[in-house]
Amino acid sequence: MDIFLQQIVNGLVLGSIYALIALGYTMVYGILELINFAHGEVTMVGGMVCIAILQVLLPAGSVPVVVAIALGVGGAMLVCMLLGLAIERVAYRPLRRAPRLTALITAIGVSIVLQNSAMLIWGKQYVSFPEVIEIQRYEFGGAHITNLQITIVLLALLLMIALLMLVYRTRLGRAMRATAQSPDLAALMGVNPNSVIAATFIIGAALAAVAGIMVSAYYGLAHYYMGFLLGLKAFSAAVLGGIGNVAGAMLGGILLGIVESLGAGYIGPLTGGFLGSNYQDVFAFFVLILVLVFRPSGLLGERVGERA
Amino acid sequence: MTTVWRRRWHQLKNDRRAALAAFMVMGIVLALLPFVTGELLGRSWVRIIDFALLYIMLALGLNIVVGYAGLLDLGYIAFYAVGAYLYALLASPHFGLHWPVWAILPMGAMVAAGFGVLLGAPTLKLRGDYLAIVTLGFGEIVRIFLTNLNAPVNITNGPQGVSLIDPISIGGFSLGETHSLLGVTLPSTYTYYYLFLVLTLAIVFISIRLQDSRIGRAWVAIREDEVAAAAMGINTRNVKLLAFAMGASFAGVSGGLFAGFQGFISPESFTLFESVIVLCMIVLGGMGNIAGVVLGALLITVFPEALRYLGELQQLLFGRVLVDPNDLRLLVFGLALVVVMIFRPAGLLPSVRRRREFSADESVLTQEQASLYDARR
Amino acid sequence: MTHVANPSSAHRDAAGGLPAGAVLAVENVSKHFGGLAALDQVSFQVHAGEIFGLIGPNGAGKTTLFNVITALYVPNSGRVRLNTQTLSGCKPHAVVQHGLARTFQNIRLFANMTALENVMVGRHVRTTAGVLGAILRNRATRTEELATTRRAQELLDYVGIGRHAQQLARNMAYGDQRRLEIARALATDPVLLALDEPAAGMNPSETESLMTLLTRLRADGVTILLIEHDMRLVMGLCDRVVVLDYGKKIAQGTPAVVRGDARVIEAYLGGVLT
Repeated sequence: MDIFLQQIVNGLVLGSIYALIALGYTMVYGILELINFAHGEVTMVGGMVCIAILQVLLPAGSVPVVVAIALGVGGAMLVCMLLGLAIERVAYRPLRRAPRLTALITAIGVSIVLQNSAMLIWGKQYVSFPEVIEIQRYEFGGAHITNLQITIVLLALLLMIALLMLVYRTRLGRAMRATAQSPDLAALMGVNPNSVIAATFIIGAALAAVAGIMVSAYYGLAHYYMGFLLGLKAFSAAVLGGIGNVAGAMLGGILLGIVESLGAGYIGPLTGGFLGSNYQDVFAFFVLILVLVFRPSGLLGERVGERA
Repeated sequence: MTTVWRRRWHQLKNDRRAALAAFMVMGIVLALLPFVTGELLGRSWVRIIDFALLYIMLALGLNIVVGYAGLLDLGYIAFYAVGAYLYALLASPHFGLHWPVWAILPMGAMVAAGFGVLLGAPTLKLRGDYLAIVTLGFGEIVRIFLTNLNAPVNITNGPQGVSLIDPISIGGFSLGETHSLLGVTLPSTYTYYYLFLVLTLAIVFISIRLQDSRIGRAWVAIREDEVAAAAMGINTRNVKLLAFAMGASFAGVSGGLFAGFQGFISPESFTLFESVIVLCMIVLGGMGNIAGVVLGALLITVFPEALRYLGELQQLLFGRVLVDPNDLRLLVFGLALVVVMIFRPAGLLPSVRRRREFSADESVLTQEQASLYDARR
Repeated sequence: MTHVANPSSAHRDAAGGLPAGAVLAVENVSKHFGGLAALDQVSFQVHAGEIFGLIGPNGAGKTTLFNVITALYVPNSGRVRLNTQTLSGCKPHAVVQHGLARTFQNIRLFANMTALENVMVGRHVRTTAGVLGAILRNRATRTEELATTRRAQELLDYVGIGRHAQQLARNMAYGDQRRLEIARALATDPVLLALDEPAAGMNPSETESLMTLLTRLRADGVTILLIEHDMRLVMGLCDRVVVLDYGKKIAQGTPAVVRGDARVIEAYLGGVLT
């Protein structure tokens, strides 16, 4: 079909973004068994802060574009990492031993606080991403891809590889994996769970910041409410891949992006015009529900046996 | 100090004459409330009380799902929406139908209960967090469908919603008009108050009865330890679905009343944040405790009004309104959730059982830390 | 101690289909987990009114077998029958309905409910009041509730913790918690009571009390299947035992006979002592 390749391209881009966000969810869940509802908002903050920095640096004209972008990305990442750390410290740490319901409700509370704080700071209107990137399109096989899209996919890939190396080749990564398996046992082996958890949040937040910047750059705008849907979809992706599994989050993200893109493209013709692409957001939810009902361990998750 | 008061309170509770006296006083207060409020604070406050009653019904319904059975439903508002849209579609110019309220409300309860079973069924094997996310997803799906089911066949009229909904009318007596009874003027908000009050009291009554029953115990057992509950012969699937259905039915009734009362509904009234607000009500008020839930609902409904004074305060202090108090509403809710969960997780008026659950006594029995896949059968 | 005429008011006349007197029949049950055969063609019967022991070294598959019997696991082959009813393939709660109640190795009480409430939950499967009954509280429902409360107190008295009825389960002493679990299981009017290591974590005097209780239960007509490691309890209490090792049945018979069986000794000790 003529749109197939295009939808795949779009899906890859979308999926890369989902994957980056999903990583934050999956890592935190793996260690704390907590859905960090606030993670979507952290993504949003990343986008907003980057835009804010660019808005400050660019108009003067004195700062070269590349430097401005670097500062924007770096600044956003820094802010988000601090934010992630703060959230963990203030809201989640006191509830480490609390029932899961309590922690979950707190996470929802934090998410609401972040969202509404953003609304108060940046207003309810859409915020446009400054025009810094010259979009260049490349045609191939009936589809087109832009330099921005290529950048997003490559950057995401780079970050994912870096994360995999971190998790599987470094001491910190080993500590993270150990803590995810059994925090008490890891502590007995000399791993400081607080440091590991803090690191997990920081890394997740950094990735989220980049994802947030990608989203705002891609769509040209940011909005205080954008974190909610993004977060939900990314979480679905994490579940799809197998919650707690880093490679799974990456796989899940890409898959979800492609499924959503193809779905949006084909749902009209498939349902005889009854459902349109405005139902796009529903796909992620359906995927989530299907996965949880039929294969709760996800694609790459371990099939844990039943316990007596 | 508190133990002395607690003992006195228990003594008072068991004194039959005291209970009777308390009931009568409360009855009189409730009967006169709209008039007193109308005089002291203005008629608009009676409308706020009406909404508070609707929210109390909602909160009590969610209390069954979350408070009794321990199922974290984040998409609860979908059932409210079902009840509201059913009323709107059956009693408005939209389809040209004008069914009477006594036919629609029971239907609303049943249809909502049906949705409760439908949405609950796939979630039965899921553990806490996942259950929350899936129900959240369902809530959103319902809202998205409500927003988009206006083409090709216009069922819900899309984002514009349904308006000109028939006001509720009982035996030819329309609650939408001002009436005069025995020389006393009864604006429509007053008459609605009495209708809502009766239904709220009925729901409170049902909640109390359910709490102390075989089903109520089964819900608590499932909440405590689902595996053990099943091992004791409880059909956990059916009992959980029953919780969903009952909670949803309350929302369905409340939704129908809402549609008739407000005369206009749209998908915007049924967002995730409405679900979260109802959850806030029971979490802050005291999960599982009927009095706590009622208190939570009252506080949260009344709260935006209190915020208005914040606006006036700012006017006084700064000469202008820096921050629109309405925007602060959700922010404060979020903060309240976090603060309450960290410092007083059982809520303002916790049920006796909840206070035990959150108390710091060392327990001889250590509950097994349930794993992700525990209830997956 | 109060004497309760019938700790289990279950019918005991429905014994058709099985060899006379057999209450539980495990027939060629096998269970794999991936490539691992946890159970391999295990067969035995439990007779009415006896205390039957399921023993074996750690990892032998006792708990797996237990979970198969109580329908927590579905066997890969073979079946389990309780009187005329096939249990394998049932849902866990249906098993209770048919008359098999269990306790757990790690004690799974409803921690924040009182002892009385815990046992009342056990009555759930033998009572019928639904939502309508709960709301209306008609005579039938009130009668049933009263009977439930009375029966629960009776059972608490029977196992010896009657005075703790209002105490929270999680605040009770360990031994009392074990008894509570048994009382709760008895509340379901079981034909067969399945106990998973009831003496785990108990000191000798507590074990002694437990043995007294179980002997009483047997005298009052309750059939008991138990997993146990405590050899004193097994030898002193069980009428017959079956021994598992690596998922297979290696011996069956009275404790005295089994104790002397060479294969059993080898399984436990890893070799015959010289």
